Amino acid sequence: MSGLAGVRFWRETKSRYNLTGNRCGVCGTVFFPPRPVCTRCHRESIGRMEEHKLKGTGEVLTWTFVHEPRPGFEIQVPYILAMVRLDEGPALLAQMVDCGPGEVRIGTRVHSVFRKIGEEGKSGVIYYGYKFVPD
Amino acid sequence: MVVGTGITPFGELWEHSLRDLGIRAGMEAIRDAGITSSDIDALFVGNMAAGRLIDQTHIGALIADFAGLAGRNLPTVTIEGADASGAAALHHAYLSVASGLHDCVVVGGAEKMTDLPDPEVTEITATALDQQWESFFGATLFSMYAMMARRHMHEFGTTREQLARVAVKNHRNGALNPAAQFRRPVRPESVLEAAEVADPLGMLDCAPISDGAAAVVLCSAERARRLPGPQVRIAASAQAGDTLSLSSRRSLVGFDATSVAMERALKLAGRSRKEVDFAEVHDVTTISEIMAIEDLGFVKKGAGGPATASGMTAPGGELPVNTSGGLKARGHPLGATGIAQIIELVLQLQGKAEERQVPEARVGLAHNVGGCGATAFVHILEVA
Repeated sequence: MSGLAGVRFWRETKSRYNLTGNRCGVCGTVFFPPRPVCTRCHRESIGRMEEHKLKGTGEVLTWTFVHEPRPGFEIQVPYILAMVRLDEGPALLAQMVDCGPGEVRIGTRVHSVFRKIGEEGKSGVIYYGYKFVPD
Repeated sequence: MVVGTGITPFGELWEHSLRDLGIRAGMEAIRDAGITSSDIDALFVGNMAAGRLIDQTHIGALIADFAGLAGRNLPTVTIEGADASGAAALHHAYLSVASGLHDCVVVGGAEKMTDLPDPEVTEITATALDQQWESFFGATLFSMYAMMARRHMHEFGTTREQLARVAVKNHRNGALNPAAQFRRPVRPESVLEAAEVADPLGMLDCAPISDGAAAVVLCSAERARRLPGPQVRIAASAQAGDTLSLSSRRSLVGFDATSVAMERALKLAGRSRKEVDFAEVHDVTTISEIMAIEDLGFVKKGAGGPATASGMTAPGGELPVNTSGGLKARGHPLGATGIAQIIELVLQLQGKAEERQVPEARVGLAHNVGGCGATAFVHILEVA
């Protein structure tokens, strides 16, 4: 990675650091990640999407224990990935930490924590963002 | 009409470059069709990731050039729809002939995956997911299917053993396919004991990393009448889409894109499901095949595991699925897969599938998925 490679990370920090999504001002549907247009109201929602910070609480819809990782995640293998349904409605994908596979089940209540996600080499940008832990 | 086919062996083909493979498949398809390169009006190539896998884009131009056709100044285009790129190329090639713009075209699919180490390939296949909101957080393509498998088990009681039955069947089929990467059967215990990839899926639940290319020649019905050989008609070429990320979907136990593409295809073909004699489906993992037979409507949602265990999809069953060995055993060179599926359909419909032959095969279906279900294609082919 070189040049302005870190910019594409910086651009998303607001959502990744604070779980900031958005909400359609017409129908009230909450989105994460934030969407420029509501999937229900389409054109009507343009200019009416409002920033909405999520509480970071929800439950596990499904999960897996990853043994064959992407580059950059080798040191964490095996790690738990989960699909979490947030209480406000949207679902997202995140790592589960501070727990063993025996502590994660479909339906487990979880909340978000702020953690390091990865880095661009030894001297590059460090990425931070959300992970989840069981309540 | 499909009038010619050509395919390279699939596997770790160290000695062959992408251009070698693409040209070999294309030339074989042209020879098989009984035409010459001067009959070709255009070239369509399905390729997912050569830009990252071999640092080469512009694959259509590359292959036409090294096939010796640059002097004919043919129109060429490379089409990308993740690992449904092959079916996407076929769809657009089909439209070009159906519209009357072209009379005879070559459509190929090719991918060269073994020039990079496995972890980098894992990263590249995950580019089909949402890079910013899934892959960034540690997702791989197989981890997404693993999460669907766990949810499918939870909702319907699908078992690990039922998943393994898909791999066992497809390896048994692949053993009979000269173009397959894995030409050996596997035991159910081997599938269950294989190294874990993303729990509950192990290495033998997942399609391999492969090199390979496949090509077909399409031409108008009028032109086809002047060519020799048993011919096969494309009765339907249909596509449907869905959200890029799995987390935004209505369901975690199937692909709406597959169901919708199937409805569109049946309508275009004027056929019912019962008329489909056999199918090639996108078994990038074992759970993928179970969900595919459900989403295509051959069994009801949740019944895919027991149906597979009962032998319904095995050779001689009610609906033989993946007689070629599927992505699992034939191999999965991303962009080549959609065309390889079509070649299996053509061979079966021409009665040339040898030991794999489905008796009285008249109508066949191919199902190719991009990434984790944001794109799905269904093609229905029939004896002309």
